[in-house]
Amino acid sequence: MKARIHITLKDGVLDPQGKAIQHALGTLGFSGVEGVRQGKYIEIDLAETDKSNAAETVEKMCKKLLSNMVIENYSITID
Amino acid sequence: MKSAVVTFPASNCNRDMFDALEKITGKTPYQIWHQDSEIPDVDLIALPGGFSFGDYLRCGAMAARSPAIKAIALHAERGGNVIGVCNGFQVLTEMGLLPGALMRNSSLKFVCKTVHLQVENTSTNFTNAYTKGQVIDIPIAHHDGNYFADEDTLKILETNGQIPFRYVSKEGNAIASANPNGSQNNIAGIINERGNVLGMMPHPERLIEDAQGGTDGRGFFESIINTLK
Repeated sequence: MKARIHITLKDGVLDPQGKAIQHALGTLGFSGVEGVRQGKYIEIDLAETDKSNAAETVEKMCKKLLSNMVIENYSITID
Repeated sequence: MKSAVVTFPASNCNRDMFDALEKITGKTPYQIWHQDSEIPDVDLIALPGGFSFGDYLRCGAMAARSPAIKAIALHAERGGNVIGVCNGFQVLTEMGLLPGALMRNSSLKFVCKTVHLQVENTSTNFTNAYTKGQVIDIPIAHHDGNYFADEDTLKILETNGQIPFRYVSKEGNAIASANPNGSQNNIAGIINERGNVLGMMPHPERLIEDAQGGTDGRGFFESIINTLK
């Protein structure tokens, strides 16, 4: 199975990289960009064949290592 | 005073920390490799600066899951002193010994320069050799020193005097132009509630003798010696 994980900054956490991207898009002539928030995307290949077991394991991975719960949220999709 | 310096792959200030501790305490620190699961009984464990594990995933994230971390957490739990400088500070927040997180500098640039710090709380294990309100000059060199904590945490840190070091102007004012990385409330270093774990982005170990251009960092190490007397 494959787990796809998006890690994004929590609301209220400043994102200077997102701001820089927004600025660069403006410089390139893309008008109307009202905000940019950047994050991480991680794919994990799992030997597990049961979807709910896989979800449980990946949830633990996110909490223990993949995201920093002080500043980040995560979302998981498994297929 | 017995001390230990923990080195991770791509730590690069471990020798500076080792030298500072050896010169100031007169005793050779233990050198601990990140894979060592036991640390000898010491008065102080120091986590040095650098770019452990190439800053992969998040600064300090990999290091904070190393085998040596359990021994560091146990030492802190028993009331032992722990300091983390620069990457060491990032590791301490990632392992949950200190609140908050260190994010990319607001300028997005690596900042390498000497900054002014105000010593706000001199009743800690790590600052008692300074005078209250003293402005000291200490070098910084980091890309991710932008301290973030939620509002409630910040309030607790401020109320309890858990912010011993703050970025200030030469005159001692915590103004935006004196803030090199966008840290909330100009925070340069914090201490845990119990008072035995300190993390800071500036490098006191780089300013302990005249050959380095100044000695403003000595007080940091002398404070720990005072505490143990």
